[in-house]
Amino acid sequence: MIEQLTTLLWTLAKVLMVVLPVTISVAYFTYFERKVIGYMQVRRGPNRIGPLGLLQPFADLFKMLFKELIIPANSNRFLFLLAPVLALAPALTAWAVVPFNDWMVLADIDAGLLFILAMTSMGVYGILIGGWASNSKYALLGGLRSAAQTVSYEIAMGFALVGVVVLAGTLNLTGIVQAQSGGIFSWFWLPLLPLFVIYFISGVAETNRAPFDVAEGESEIVAGFHVEYSGSAFAVFFLAEYANMILISALAALLFLGGWLSPFQGVPVLGDTILGQGGLHWFLAKTVIFCFLYLWFRATFPRYRYDQIMRLGWKVFIPITIVWVMVAGVLRVSGLYGG
Amino acid sequence: MPIIELVFYLFGTILILAALGVVTVGNPVYAALYLVLAFFSAACIWLLLQAEFLAIVLVLVYVGAVMVLFLFVVMMLDVKTAPLREGFTRFLPVGLLVAFAMALQMFLVIWTRGLEAVPMPQPQPEGYSHTAELGLLLYTDYLFAFEIAAVLLLVAIIAAIMLTHRRRPNTKHQDPSRQVRVTREERVRLVSMPAEGGSSAGSDAARKRGEGS
Repeated sequence: MIEQLTTLLWTLAKVLMVVLPVTISVAYFTYFERKVIGYMQVRRGPNRIGPLGLLQPFADLFKMLFKELIIPANSNRFLFLLAPVLALAPALTAWAVVPFNDWMVLADIDAGLLFILAMTSMGVYGILIGGWASNSKYALLGGLRSAAQTVSYEIAMGFALVGVVVLAGTLNLTGIVQAQSGGIFSWFWLPLLPLFVIYFISGVAETNRAPFDVAEGESEIVAGFHVEYSGSAFAVFFLAEYANMILISALAALLFLGGWLSPFQGVPVLGDTILGQGGLHWFLAKTVIFCFLYLWFRATFPRYRYDQIMRLGWKVFIPITIVWVMVAGVLRVSGLYGG
Repeated sequence: MPIIELVFYLFGTILILAALGVVTVGNPVYAALYLVLAFFSAACIWLLLQAEFLAIVLVLVYVGAVMVLFLFVVMMLDVKTAPLREGFTRFLPVGLLVAFAMALQMFLVIWTRGLEAVPMPQPQPEGYSHTAELGLLLYTDYLFAFEIAAVLLLVAIIAAIMLTHRRRPNTKHQDPSRQVRVTREERVRLVSMPAEGGSSAGSDAARKRGEGS
């Protein structure tokens, strides 16, 4: 019994070791977003609270927490409060199988990639239920838009991942990274370039971010599914959205850019220095690249029209992925990559 | 292993209560959400049987995709709950009969096989992959059954598309590839007009500008 109790406590401690950094990353991702978009628009971004505005995320957090939580009169109280939790829980659970380097992983399970796909597909319930329980036209429209979009882009995303699985020969994320070892040209981005691009664009669509943010499109449906949410409930939705964005970025780094592996692996001079060693620093650097791409998209692209989003997902991405999965199979069987 | 049994009974209770909720609750949105909970608990029970691939696929396909579409439709329809309950007493005998038959079948299976016939799965050695084993079985021993299932799904997909895909004469249709290929010559026509002389035209234009502002 004591032994089981210590296992339980140790597991809880490990969970905290993943959840706390993710939460802090989310806080500073918002800061990063405001700074990056600020500089792209020739402004300075937040610079008042703390040195260089570094305490701004905490100021925002406390503002959110101390605001009144308003529950609309004719809303469904239980589901209204459950929805943000349902959005956040899968976003954090998916991090359980993400390997940060060759030994730092909470649960090194066999079907890790499937687990992540299952968890990210469940995140839509928070949005859908939140939109319905608010008993508001705009919120319902936002929720329905988000559901249709997520289900559509999941297919393209799943097919993109099939290509990765074909080349790696495993669903285990650690195994997928190890299958890419051997320098920047052995990573899967090269043989699976179309799938890589499609994966990331689908990831942007799955997380309902610009230019696919019709679920909250302010110019059309005010704020979409979270129009009735305020205070800490809104903060939880916000946390879930940003945790999902970081997760998609981390996955893109793991599946297509070799995760924690060094790009200089095997290069004569550089390969022997610290730069040639794989490790957490490479994984974080690659993840930040994709996080930056998210912000760059948001600052650059206008919002897609809804029917064009659907067309892009169903008529462009899915056919390309199906063709490229076959190409990946040929690459694998011919022995050029993988195996 | 008392903890595993505890977890089993926990999820088993949730599963049964959720399944009861699906058929008894009045609001269809609640019914769909109860069904999601039932699927999720079933997946957790499958995990206890070390069928991790099946459990995750159950969540991915049914919870992540099918039920989202169910909810999508149910939320858009304004379903009145009263007509749903109308035929309850009339169909009750048939329902009871079906329920009894199913319970009898389950009872007979357990009766003939015995509870001990299916032992708890033992932990597999390191490096054993359920997914790989399942894939090998599906694509070797059960290839034809698997292919037939795939063809059945394909037929269902084609049928569903054919049911909804009908030509309507007055829909407005966009052809994005034509929109992309459009050239300047098709849209803009530069015409050179002779300038109108005289001061009256100039004052006319000025008055128009004043109105416009």
